[in-house]
Amino acid sequence: MENLIAPLIAAPLLGAAVLLCGGRRLDRAGHWIGTVLAGASFVIGVLLFADLLGRGAEDRTLHQHLFSWIPVGSFRADIAFQLDQLSMTFVLLITGVGTLIHIYSIGYMEHDERRRRFFGYLNLFLAAMLLLVLADNYLLLYMGWEGVGLASYLLIGFWQHKPSAATAAKKAFLVNRVGDLGLSIAIMLMFTTFGTFAFGPVLGAAGDASEGKLTAIGLMLLLAACGKSAQVPLQSWLGDAMEGPTPVSALIHAATMVTAGVYLITRSGAIFNGAPDAQLVVVVVGAVTLLFGAIVGCAKDDIKKALAGSTMSQIGYMILAAGLGPIGYVFAIMHLVTHGFFKAGLFLGAGSVMHGMNDEVDMRKYGGLRKYMPVTFVTFGLGYLAIIGFPGLSGFFSKDKIIEAAFAKGGTEGWILGGVALLGAAITAFYMTRVMLMTFFGEERWRGRETASPAEPSAEPAAEERGRHAEPHPHESPKSMTIPMVVLAFGSVFAGGLFSFGDSFVRWLEPVTGYAHGHPPISAAAVTTATVVALVIGVAVAWLMYGRVPVPVTAPRGSLLTRAARRDLLQDDFNHVVLVRGGEHLTRSLVYVDHTLVDGVVNGTAASFGGLSGRLRKLQNGYARSYAVTMFGGTAVLIAATLLMRAV
Amino acid sequence: MIALAGSLAAAASSAAAPTAAAPSSLSSSLSTSFHSSLTSSLTSVAASTTSTGEAVQFWILGTVAVLGALGTILMKRAVHSALCLAGTMIVLAVFYLANGAYFLGVVQVVVYTGAIMMLFLFVVMLVGVTAADSLKETIKGQRWLAALCGVGFGVLLIAGIGHASLNSFNGLGQANAGGNVQGLAALIFTKYVFAFEITGALLITAAVGAMVLTHRERTERLKTQRELAQERVRAGVQLPPLPAPGVYARHNAVDIAGLLPDGTPSELTVNKTLKGRGQIRDVSNEAIADLRALEQRSNERLGRAGRAGGGAGRPGGGPAGGSAGGSAGGSVRDKGEEIKR
Amino acid sequence: MNPVYYLYLASLLFTIGAAGVLIRRNAIVLFMCVELMLNACNLAFVTFARMHGNLDGQIIAFFTMVVAAAEVVVGLAIIVSVFRSRHSASVDDASLMKL
Repeated sequence: MENLIAPLIAAPLLGAAVLLCGGRRLDRAGHWIGTVLAGASFVIGVLLFADLLGRGAEDRTLHQHLFSWIPVGSFRADIAFQLDQLSMTFVLLITGVGTLIHIYSIGYMEHDERRRRFFGYLNLFLAAMLLLVLADNYLLLYMGWEGVGLASYLLIGFWQHKPSAATAAKKAFLVNRVGDLGLSIAIMLMFTTFGTFAFGPVLGAAGDASEGKLTAIGLMLLLAACGKSAQVPLQSWLGDAMEGPTPVSALIHAATMVTAGVYLITRSGAIFNGAPDAQLVVVVVGAVTLLFGAIVGCAKDDIKKALAGSTMSQIGYMILAAGLGPIGYVFAIMHLVTHGFFKAGLFLGAGSVMHGMNDEVDMRKYGGLRKYMPVTFVTFGLGYLAIIGFPGLSGFFSKDKIIEAAFAKGGTEGWILGGVALLGAAITAFYMTRVMLMTFFGEERWRGRETASPAEPSAEPAAEERGRHAEPHPHESPKSMTIPMVVLAFGSVFAGGLFSFGDSFVRWLEPVTGYAHGHPPISAAAVTTATVVALVIGVAVAWLMYGRVPVPVTAPRGSLLTRAARRDLLQDDFNHVVLVRGGEHLTRSLVYVDHTLVDGVVNGTAASFGGLSGRLRKLQNGYARSYAVTMFGGTAVLIAATLLMRAV
Repeated sequence: MIALAGSLAAAASSAAAPTAAAPSSLSSSLSTSFHSSLTSSLTSVAASTTSTGEAVQFWILGTVAVLGALGTILMKRAVHSALCLAGTMIVLAVFYLANGAYFLGVVQVVVYTGAIMMLFLFVVMLVGVTAADSLKETIKGQRWLAALCGVGFGVLLIAGIGHASLNSFNGLGQANAGGNVQGLAALIFTKYVFAFEITGALLITAAVGAMVLTHRERTERLKTQRELAQERVRAGVQLPPLPAPGVYARHNAVDIAGLLPDGTPSELTVNKTLKGRGQIRDVSNEAIADLRALEQRSNERLGRAGRAGGGAGRPGGGPAGGSAGGSAGGSVRDKGEEIKR
Repeated sequence: MNPVYYLYLASLLFTIGAAGVLIRRNAIVLFMCVELMLNACNLAFVTFARMHGNLDGQIIAFFTMVVAAAEVVVGLAIIVSVFRSRHSASVDDASLMKL
């Protein structure tokens, strides 16, 4: 079965190559080629999964060695793949959700003339992400990592005719480069420490390395994870990435890209286990991002940006769990998978809403849409219930476990982390309820109002054809879009329960990530109760603010926090002030130093030599007799020296 | 000349062997009075003093040499400097002889004083013998620096010599035993033969170099005799040879213009250079006066009178020259009378 | 008298010659001063030959004379050609190399 690993990646890669190189001849069939190849990849994944299930728990790691990539002396980099339970989980998520998003995109991108190219990019995205999770060493992982960055750049900037999209793509790419730098440094450190960067030897020998080195590697890995997973302080690209087509947002937020960071930290668990300081930093980053994303999500009126804030927050949960060590790895991955289902569902639902509302993204111009798009309403609603952790749905199981693990960290840290996680759960419930109420309930604020105001250009060029100034006629989306949403809604509802049934997911992942049962200071039942209470509070507050009273079409000024949150908690301003201004000041001061000090030394040397020469050249008056005097004087000095030496 | 003779004698007495070749025989013939000192010097291989005669000669001629040297550098005219230097060189030649270097002494006189100094004089003449240099210094501080360096150098050199232990000397008695010239020849053609050959090459190079340096490339073709003749005919000026200077063979000096038939001097007969310098003697008046006196005496003897004017005009023979001859004759007559008074 | 006095005289003549080189501007006089210096050296060589009791010093003086003759020939040729082109025998006039 090992030989099936390469085709798993090859299928979408082939799709990308064919679609991007095939030219216009493939325009009519391009989307089908892409979807079929993604589906083929999913089918191969399922076959492999079935194979793994048929093996013993310790025998579930498959290796495929294709060829030696860079054999130089003791430096060996192979194109080799490793498929274990962790990779398998990701493969199924990526290919499964990815395939659904492909299907959805067929309908969503129907009117886009560059649809073939879009599917090519989607396939490339899948291939890169599969390479990332299937790599058997960090260097190959890095290749996939960069591939993901490239594909995300191409997809976020897919509508490159919009300056905002082009800028957003550039921003995502640049912020990701910072993280990539961390990963490359981490790989170099690994090579100097362990002499290799294959997963097996590195993670096996991690226990022998000094804690300092492990901490350094861990922090660099965390930096990489922050970049890809949009964690503080490298989170700023995620909101702008909404400039891409909605399926891209779904793909980035649910199945690929942002999950890469969680995968990296979980995969490198052995390194983090040996570096408590790095783990602490991971936890702090996760907790901060959790609250950061949640607060941002509360203030956004743009439905996609609200969901983006939510993603940030949920990934924060995962990073927090991953930072907790063996008690959290499994739950991080579990939340990742369930999040993959419901967040994909939510994004696809949001796309469906936009599709029916002439690409209007401002939730204040929605309202009462449940009557017009029932399927979307139901699937979105199930995703909503799942993400807020409604008991019985998948989000409940995974999030509850993370909160429990946070408390189980122990000591003051445990209380703080648990408190933060609980607070995050309450805020999640609040903003998601807000999105739900503003979109599907309340009065129909879109009546008698043109959509997609000229101030905010249409996200989808197709909207221009349909006439953006007309009053929207909300309608249900085509089957190609609703079916994936239904499938994902099923996942959102049942995945958590399935995973938690008899701890099946824990037993599945335990051989790879390890598992330690946490002992929270308060009982699991108490944690669950607290979670539910937080959920109820969040929902209640949201209902009081947005369900009971009508939602104003123009956003009120809001409190200071709200205004800050609307501006993404000033992250861009922070970056501008600290990085851009700081960089400018640094550059200017360096230029100043260069002009005054360096040039001063250089010019001063030149000037002093020039001045000296100007004085010395007067000795060269051209008179042979003057030179003769010098020569004669020199002879006299020579004689004096000789006599002196003889006398001494 | 007395000094030279003395120096030769001193040279023979101090350093030379009795069997030395030409110089020593010359010295022995010139000065037999120093014979005793000669014998005493022969006996000592390493002496500390020389003879008194040589000391006297040294102090006298040394003073002359220094004065000559100072004259060389202080005389305004280059030709005077050259003469002063020649004097110093002759003194040095004497000192060479006194030091037993007979061959070098002669060479010094022949080559240096005779050839090189004449070359100097030749160039001085070429550049301009009358030009006097200004001794005013134009480079600022040059003279002071020169003085400082010179004094420092001289003092250091003399101090160095004084410091060295040179109290005794060997003398050239042994070395010059087979004759100075033979000794030198033996060394030059054995030990120093390569240096000698190279020196020969150097001299040839120097000769060629001097020729190259002073050679002027001809820029146009030399005109042939025929071309020159044709040019002359075309110019139409004085085709036949110029008339010779001098008057009736009474004077054949080049600085006296020849007389035309009417007695006036001809400009063509004298050299232009002499004329430019104003060195032409105008003796035609005397000659004419002499002629007139001669004619008068013959007239008196022949009993003819009052025809002096016609006599003076007769050699011209032409009707055109008559009046001119008469006037010239008149002026000569006046002069003749003045001379008589 | 010790022959070392010849050396003192040679030193004196050499110094005077050197001073002349430094003081005089006329190239011909300058050359004469160089000749004076060479002659002073020759005197020293001859005296050394006498002091050492061999003829090597005289040989050196002989070569010096030959070299001096060659030098004078070339030097005077140079002076003549310089004089021809510049109508001056002053070494200060030939100061075109200065800045």
